[in-house]
Amino acid sequence: MNERSPATAITGAAGALPPVAAADRVDLKALLADSNVTEVLDELDAELIGLKPVKARIRDIAALLLVERARKQVGLVGGSPSLHMSFTGNPGTGKTTVAMRMAQILARLGYVRKGHLVAVTRDDLVGQYIGHTAPKTKEVLKRAMGGVLFIDEAYYLYRPENERDYGQEAIEILLQVMENQRDDLVVILAGYADRMETFFRSNPGLSSRIAHHLDFPDYLPEELEGIAERMLATMQYRLSPSALAALHDYIPLRMKQPHFANARSIRNALDRARLRQANRLFAQKGRQLDRDALMTIEGEDLRASRVFD
Amino acid sequence: MKITQGTFSFLPDLTDAEIRAQIDYALAQGWAIGVEYTDDPHPRNFYWEMWGNPMFDLRDAAGAMTEVIACRKAHPQTYIRVNAFDAALGFETTRLSFIVNRPAIEPGFLLKRHEVGGRQIQYTIESYAAQAPEGQRYT
Repeated sequence: MNERSPATAITGAAGALPPVAAADRVDLKALLADSNVTEVLDELDAELIGLKPVKARIRDIAALLLVERARKQVGLVGGSPSLHMSFTGNPGTGKTTVAMRMAQILARLGYVRKGHLVAVTRDDLVGQYIGHTAPKTKEVLKRAMGGVLFIDEAYYLYRPENERDYGQEAIEILLQVMENQRDDLVVILAGYADRMETFFRSNPGLSSRIAHHLDFPDYLPEELEGIAERMLATMQYRLSPSALAALHDYIPLRMKQPHFANARSIRNALDRARLRQANRLFAQKGRQLDRDALMTIEGEDLRASRVFD
Repeated sequence: MKITQGTFSFLPDLTDAEIRAQIDYALAQGWAIGVEYTDDPHPRNFYWEMWGNPMFDLRDAAGAMTEVIACRKAHPQTYIRVNAFDAALGFETTRLSFIVNRPAIEPGFLLKRHEVGGRQIQYTIESYAAQAPEGQRYT
């Protein structure tokens, strides 16, 4: 009989083979509550500033996986969806951070079994002599099974200028596992947008096996301010009103500088401000320092940056 | 004659799902997994061939299972076992070892009685399979 026909599968109608232990109805709400995925998504919303399109896509994926689970409960078989992803975006736009969250979300939804993240680069996958690459790549893949394999700056895997480069071998092994062991691991390739584009163009097999291309937009100045405040809060610092104004002036200036790397540049700027704050406090050795003085970054600490010259 | 060595050997052969569950248990204990094979069934044979290096950083049984399956494919007519090593003592100790593959026909052992002084007897076992040279057993 045609047991795949949706009508019989949903109702388990008499006559056709009813799917084993299939429920008639599923409560999506209960499924959602059961998976705790809302918590992770809310955390993602609360802790990561900006990144609207990325968050929307993650919600879509979460919905897809929940519905997939619901379908399984009523006995519909469709094979698990492919969830390999590529993250493209400028430096410092949060690709690694989101990948870490992605592993958690996929684990909560039961798509991956363990939910750990193995972050690697070309060096971890590609060997140095003939016969070195395959075991190296396989070892990394085995480690990542049950979780997420995050390949940072994936375009380095493929070096067209050297036809004897072993990167191609790593890509082939990767492809094979991505195709055949979809249940065992999720591969996320990350890199800067333009170089990833050329990488995918020269490796069409890889591009076609990746269902989700997520583009990480650059942050807006006010988003960067929010990020700065959040970073300082986790480091247990705070900005004085004058420092807040200085930061407000600093960000647009820094964005115009070469090698601007979004959140990473902000982190570096804050690290340098901490350095200057320490110096300033050290210069006033005679004074007793209270908790407040140790926590506060003043405007002058930021204004000393060479961006203001 | 089904040889019984290692854990679970008095049970029926483990299915792949059961092997996976055992490996998952071992990994949850923080043990490393090694796959070994041999065609010498003698119980005192400690020198099994290693199938690749032991796997130290696994989180999930899928990685070890791919190696078990690959080893089975390459050496279908041998004994294959999975070892789990515990490093808690400062060196790797075998905590768990069980057979995951065996040849289709196991001819068993010959028991030899060797009479020595008086009525004393020394016993030796010799496997029929090991009478053929290595690599030609179980084919």
